[in-house]
Amino acid sequence: MPIESAVPLLLDNPFQRGYVPSIVYVSLYVSVIAVTLSTLVSLPIGLVMGFTQFPGKQFVKSVINTGMGFPSVVVGLMVLFAVSNQGPLGALDLIFTKQAMIISQFVLATPPITAISLAAITGVDENVRDAARALGGTRLDVALVVIKEARYGIATAVLAGFGRAISEVGSVLIVGGNITSADGISKTRTLTTAIQLEARQGRYETAMVLGAVLVTIVLLVNAIVVRLGETGAMNR
Amino acid sequence: MQRRKFLQGVGLAAVASTAGCTQITGSESTEAAGVSGETLTLTTTTSTYDTGLLDAIHSDFEEMYGVTVDAVAQGTGAALESARNGDSDVVMVHARGLEDEFMRNGYGINRRDLMFNDFVIVGPTSDPAGIEGSSSATEALATIAETQSAFVSRGDNSGTHTKEKNLWEAAGVDPGGDWYQEIGAGMGEALNNANQQGAYTLSDRGTYISQRSEIDLTILVQGPIEGGPEILANPYGIMAVNPGVHDNANYDLAMAYIGWITSPGAQDAISNYEMNGEQLFYPEAVSEEPNFQQYVPEGWSSDSDSE
Repeated sequence: MPIESAVPLLLDNPFQRGYVPSIVYVSLYVSVIAVTLSTLVSLPIGLVMGFTQFPGKQFVKSVINTGMGFPSVVVGLMVLFAVSNQGPLGALDLIFTKQAMIISQFVLATPPITAISLAAITGVDENVRDAARALGGTRLDVALVVIKEARYGIATAVLAGFGRAISEVGSVLIVGGNITSADGISKTRTLTTAIQLEARQGRYETAMVLGAVLVTIVLLVNAIVVRLGETGAMNR
Repeated sequence: MQRRKFLQGVGLAAVASTAGCTQITGSESTEAAGVSGETLTLTTTTSTYDTGLLDAIHSDFEEMYGVTVDAVAQGTGAALESARNGDSDVVMVHARGLEDEFMRNGYGINRRDLMFNDFVIVGPTSDPAGIEGSSSATEALATIAETQSAFVSRGDNSGTHTKEKNLWEAAGVDPGGDWYQEIGAGMGEALNNANQQGAYTLSDRGTYISQRSEIDLTILVQGPIEGGPEILANPYGIMAVNPGVHDNANYDLAMAYIGWITSPGAQDAISNYEMNGEQLFYPEAVSEEPNFQQYVPEGWSSDSDSE
């Protein structure tokens, strides 16, 4: 495909002013909030499942693992039924808003974050936990020590969730509606839905430019998180 | 301490994630005069959106009323379904049969004829089925089926797909087989797909013109605008969602929008909208004639249907 013809497009920008920054903003806004909420839900689940034994634990694990492979379009449809005017959340008027997109990305990002953090937490040496307990730590202290030990795995989990959220197109298109205002400022258009729109209109080159922007953002976020992890390790 | 912080975090995040919607509901309950600050949700077809028409004309309406129009491009079937679920306030589509069903079921009211253009049958310049210049769309399709030349169908229950199905029926052909491909996608994707495999497809003239510079397909059977058969006409209608069925529908603003877009000023803006030097849409809302049939399902009269 014409990669070389994409280069001049970078120079003479085919978009209105503010268009690309606004879709980048919407992409990040929705994905970051969704992943933050997912992490806040996933970590406690991971800790509880990593620390305790209960009947049906394997089944819960299977459910979480299945959730990792859940098709985003199906999640989009489920969220659509929930937030549509006829659905249980209809009164909140969430259809075609960023909030609806956050809900669907939350549903998509939570299973991978839970599953990968659980693996990281389970992988923490039993001795670390015992030591923390022996030093008179409360349950919370033990949990914090374990999180600290498992932080690389947890960072990987969060990045996996973020990657899934920001690169996903099916559900945000259905519940968000891919809306911009008439002056070209995004309301619910993300990088992925913008790429889909450009491809639909046969403008493959601009679609690829936007794709490059998306990949760059994911790369930057990964680099920042890894860097933070390293600085944290040095300050220890 | 740590736990409290954690809970605070959850609370903050929850507030942040709902901040936007409280703004929206807040603006509806403010004392600002009239409709100012409200949002109108318009579900429409890919052809009106992808040609850039709506973005070009909407800023006038937004300035005039101080409102925002959220245009969601979905295809006729999906646009009507969203409206049926009460998720939009006004619909702009192009499949009279589906519009009539929508009205008969009570979901849509105050329908107006808005504008029209036409459909064209496009295909590769080599024209393997030899349909170029045919004056009958149905004969052209029958020839494509006979020669089993590749044909790309939208397959997405859109206005164009509905028209295509009607045309096959009129041609007396039940299309099927390797040569007939339903791709379940928008007009632009269908044109790209047909372009890449040298296939025929049915397109609205507007989307074809707006993409012509990107593709090698050429018009083989013209629509009525260029003297082709009347069966290829492509009229667009606009309807408000019935507030009697969905009381959350922004009916006032929907009617303001319908009033605006059928007014002489906006109709002029539609006819002045050009792409690559060609007019894409022809307004038909402003007329000396009463045109009663635009308000009711086609062929409806109070004698024949007294529910």
